[in-house]
Amino acid sequence: MAKPSSKAFSVLKNGIMKENPVLKMVLGMCPSLAVTTMARNGIGMGIAATFVLTGSNIVISLIRKIVPDKVRIPVFITVIAGFTTIVQMLLNAYLPDVYKELGIYIPLIVVNCIILARAEMFASKNSVGLSVLDALGMGGGFTIALLIIGSVREILGAGTWMGITLTKNIFDPAVIMVLPPGGFLAFGFIIAVINKISVLKVRNKEISSGCGMNCAGCAIQSGENGGDGQ
Amino acid sequence: MKEILLIALGAILVNNFVLSKFLGICPFLGVSKKSSTAFGMGGAVIFVMTLSSAVTWTVYKFLLEPNGLDYLQTIVFILVIAALVQFVEIVLKRFIPALFKALGIYLPLITTNCAVLGSALLNIESNYNLLHSVVFGLSAGVGFTLALILFSGIREKLEFCDIPDAFQGLPITFIAAALVSVAFTGFKGLFGI
Repeated sequence: MAKPSSKAFSVLKNGIMKENPVLKMVLGMCPSLAVTTMARNGIGMGIAATFVLTGSNIVISLIRKIVPDKVRIPVFITVIAGFTTIVQMLLNAYLPDVYKELGIYIPLIVVNCIILARAEMFASKNSVGLSVLDALGMGGGFTIALLIIGSVREILGAGTWMGITLTKNIFDPAVIMVLPPGGFLAFGFIIAVINKISVLKVRNKEISSGCGMNCAGCAIQSGENGGDGQ
Repeated sequence: MKEILLIALGAILVNNFVLSKFLGICPFLGVSKKSSTAFGMGGAVIFVMTLSSAVTWTVYKFLLEPNGLDYLQTIVFILVIAALVQFVEIVLKRFIPALFKALGIYLPLITTNCAVLGSALLNIESNYNLLHSVVFGLSAGVGFTLALILFSGIREKLEFCDIPDAFQGLPITFIAAALVSVAFTGFKGLFGI
């Protein structure tokens, strides 16, 4: 019993930490930058995307043995588009404020690379249970990343967080952070901080354990964040 | 005529898809390493976007709206775009194999390029007619290409720069993108758009 549950936990954790879709894999950038002018919008977007991801992962995992390999991508996209439409209608009905705020970025969930990537890489190869956990982990990672970016931009750019005024007497908010350039800027700096942390971690590991001749693993881990400066 | 000009300039400069609407960031980062691939990708996107604007507008106005099926627009649009991309892929493979090879994985990725679906959705949202939609799709594609080419020039230069370790790779790319985006915010208010 111990083994499957630990595997389930690692699948869940994978999406939030090691393979965080936004911060580590740099997928789904469009919504991550576009809707994160406020922390609240980031959470709204994150939850909407998590819903679509969970739904599509369940369905795709269920039909993975029926769908012929050649037409799998169109099938996946149709499934994802179906769930996106459901989210769109639900938000329109119950949370019209969020719906208006997120605008065309809700239908654009359908082209969020994270969802198709998980369908292709995980749900089409794994059982329903694991696919749900993977969706929750990835969705959670996505939401957390959006929350971080949204918080940084909202605090620096508007001086508020979740609508609460924070920096009234401390500094004047820099409006550029809630404008489009601020999205790129905030994200660049957040990734740089994460790179710095992971470089330090890798260095500590190397010192304590020496290189365990797992070079392929190293390359994968540090390849994307430029540890070896291509 | 004036209206068309405004739509075009608005989509290319003021509301540039990449730099102010954050649509199409993935290919923007993916293929902007060299200007040659940037041109190829830009061309493919302009082509697909213009075509898809015309097709999705027609489908929406003549098929979905009269039958009260407008809630299906997301599904229908993405399928139309996917079919179009497949078509472009076949044509390129047959006639310009070099470009087909250069674009590699990014051509099928146009399907999941938010810019293409985004322009289709914005056409409907802004109540454009067919001509306006096509102009909007075309100029949004031109704007995307412009951003891509400008940025690829910067990235080619960036390779020779001495960048702090933590900023190497993606972070510096994003910060450069922020600076280009700052430049584009200068167009805000131009022509009263």
